[in-house]
Amino acid sequence: MADEKREKPKINLNRVKMPKQEPLVRAHNFDEVATGYTKEMAMEEAGRCIQCKKRNCVAGCPVNVNIPEFVLALRDGNMWDAVDQLKANNALPGICGRVCPQESQCELVCTLGKKGAPIAIGRLERFVADWESDQTNKPKPVIAPSTGKKVAVVGSGPAGLTVAADLAKMGHQITLFEALHVAGGVLVYGIPEFRLPKAIVQGEVDYVKTLGVDVRLDAVIGKIDTVDELLADSYDAMFLGTGAGLPMFLGLPGENLNGIYSANEYLTRTNLMKAYLFPEYDTPIKKSKKIVVIGGGNVAMDSARCAMRLGAEEVYIVYRRSREELPARAEEVENAEEEGIIFKLLTNPKRFIGDENGWVTQMECLEMELGEPDDSGRRRPIVKEGSEFIIDVDTVVVALGTTPNPLIPSTTPGLDTTKKGTVVAEEETGKTVKDKVWAGGDLVTGAATVISAMGAGKRAAVAIDAYLKG
Amino acid sequence: MYKILHREDLTPQIHLFRIEAPAVAKKAQAGQFIILMVDEKGERFPLTIGGWDREEGSVTIVFMEVGKTTRKLATLQAGDSIHAFIGPLGIPTHTDNVGTVVCVAGGFATAIVVPVAQALKDAGNKIISVMGFRSKDMMFWEDKLQDVSDELIICTDDGSCGRKALVTEPLKEVLETHKDVKLVIAIGPTIMMKFASATTKPFGVKTLVSLNPIMVDGTGMCGCCRVEVGGETAFTCVDGPDFDGHQVDWDVLMARQKSYCDEEKTSLDLWEEYCRSQMGGKA
Repeated sequence: MADEKREKPKINLNRVKMPKQEPLVRAHNFDEVATGYTKEMAMEEAGRCIQCKKRNCVAGCPVNVNIPEFVLALRDGNMWDAVDQLKANNALPGICGRVCPQESQCELVCTLGKKGAPIAIGRLERFVADWESDQTNKPKPVIAPSTGKKVAVVGSGPAGLTVAADLAKMGHQITLFEALHVAGGVLVYGIPEFRLPKAIVQGEVDYVKTLGVDVRLDAVIGKIDTVDELLADSYDAMFLGTGAGLPMFLGLPGENLNGIYSANEYLTRTNLMKAYLFPEYDTPIKKSKKIVVIGGGNVAMDSARCAMRLGAEEVYIVYRRSREELPARAEEVENAEEEGIIFKLLTNPKRFIGDENGWVTQMECLEMELGEPDDSGRRRPIVKEGSEFIIDVDTVVVALGTTPNPLIPSTTPGLDTTKKGTVVAEEETGKTVKDKVWAGGDLVTGAATVISAMGAGKRAAVAIDAYLKG
Repeated sequence: MYKILHREDLTPQIHLFRIEAPAVAKKAQAGQFIILMVDEKGERFPLTIGGWDREEGSVTIVFMEVGKTTRKLATLQAGDSIHAFIGPLGIPTHTDNVGTVVCVAGGFATAIVVPVAQALKDAGNKIISVMGFRSKDMMFWEDKLQDVSDELIICTDDGSCGRKALVTEPLKEVLETHKDVKLVIAIGPTIMMKFASATTKPFGVKTLVSLNPIMVDGTGMCGCCRVEVGGETAFTCVDGPDFDGHQVDWDVLMARQKSYCDEEKTSLDLWEEYCRSQMGGKA
């Protein structure tokens, strides 16, 4: 018996490697780092899936994508079937395949992961999405007959795009309002080109438009019409997905010196305004020699990696805890390290020092050590007394997180907000305490992931549809 | 795209555009600003609103040619369109009836002062206006400001029209002679607002200034426009643009306004080179 078992085809415990640009090359361009599987690679990787009965991966996905089904279809080369399975529960697979933290979601619970490397679900998702976008003979999306109901969606980030797409497919008439001059929210202003090409985002926005969604750019709701005015005017329901766009600063001396940016500003200039193409594009960004990014999340990694590509000679990440506590995705930390970014861990800024023209020249730091775990379960960083030291810098990026923009809450009476500025909404439906108003994404949770915002959008779409048909 | 309905050259370098933007026009109030992009590759650039016509659905902006963006904008004519036009942003100027108000206008900001003075007058205030220009040939709208003012003092740096003085001189005299002044609103170049605030401080008269730092999004997202007011950091785009001039840290503001001097020069040089090439090198 034992011998027979051994003769079974062996499961490959290693995943097919993702082709990437070489670190020293990619650190100087804004092209996508991971260049994507070929069809052969994708089918080989899909073939590793054992199609187990447990379907842990589906449960691990915030939008419950039919993962085993799309992987099976891909393995057998049934591409359109794979597309249908994938898009049944996810309108934005090209984005999710690139920026979802799969290692802590679907791939974390993959049965194969117990013995070896889990199936590279994210890479396969990306492959299927990219394959579809390359096809010219796309079937028309199926849209339910018109219900005659109108819904306004505020914010065109991942939550708003998802709600708009789902409700449009259900037959409702959708207007999607965006404050910036491009749709996509954090997908266009925040996440850099080399991690999520803007053409991919534009493709997904175009897809949402093909569903009949009316996208209105340059529309700052609360400054033009308010939520109440839109409801009184003609909309039967509203979804608020305005994200967490307000940057946090440290409140330290010297923080308003020239050369000190919020990560939002640094990334917005670079990504949305394309400052890396200055002077072809008009928006400039500081040409740094020595730049420090404060923070340890994905936004900090994105900022540091942008700085490298913008030509900085030395790029540092300053983070107050140790490597283990870095909140960024492991893959992004590795990418950053490979590209030559230097991590100064257990370090915290104390103040910024400038020259006579108001430019930052130095940052005084403190060494930290880890104490007992705090409320977050992570060990609390404690200042080592007398450990002050100076780093010479010409640019600083503060990447400490963001909070919701108060514009909508402050102009919408009847919404319930928390001390953190988030809007209170039911987790299962996104319903706020205000009649006809739903909310989801970072506006409700505070800064979180693209996929969790999409999950909230999906649940809200179901709830809004039930309300409109009820 | 937003269509330019009307163009008027107030001086060779100062232009007025009326732009079709019904949603913005519907809500615009004195003291608010818009962000515009000339074209797809342009920067997001703030301009305080110079007026609006809710019926026509248009918003008036006035700008002076300084750098590449304003020069590029100035090449457009009525019928052309600009890429983006976002607003109305910021908090409107408080225009309560306080009694007597002095409005100080510096240079092309006169276009912004007129609607503010109008709103203050409509609220029942007595308006004393002081307008300052470098010289007569750069001056415009003295008639419009006269119309909304009970008293108007004109001064020029070179004495070519009105008094030969900076605005601070008549401002000081007005405060000395009119003890009933409750509010001063000073709008113009940063240096003018700084010295206007310094002038009013000894009199203890509340002084509002409309700050003009560099911005990107204009909706509170980036923090580029942060200023120090009363020792606290504020975002001009959402907390302003009006602030108490006695509380503003002018040095921080002026330093931050110079953040991109080198880049602005590069942009302008390339633009001028491009313009010369378009003219076949004849210029």
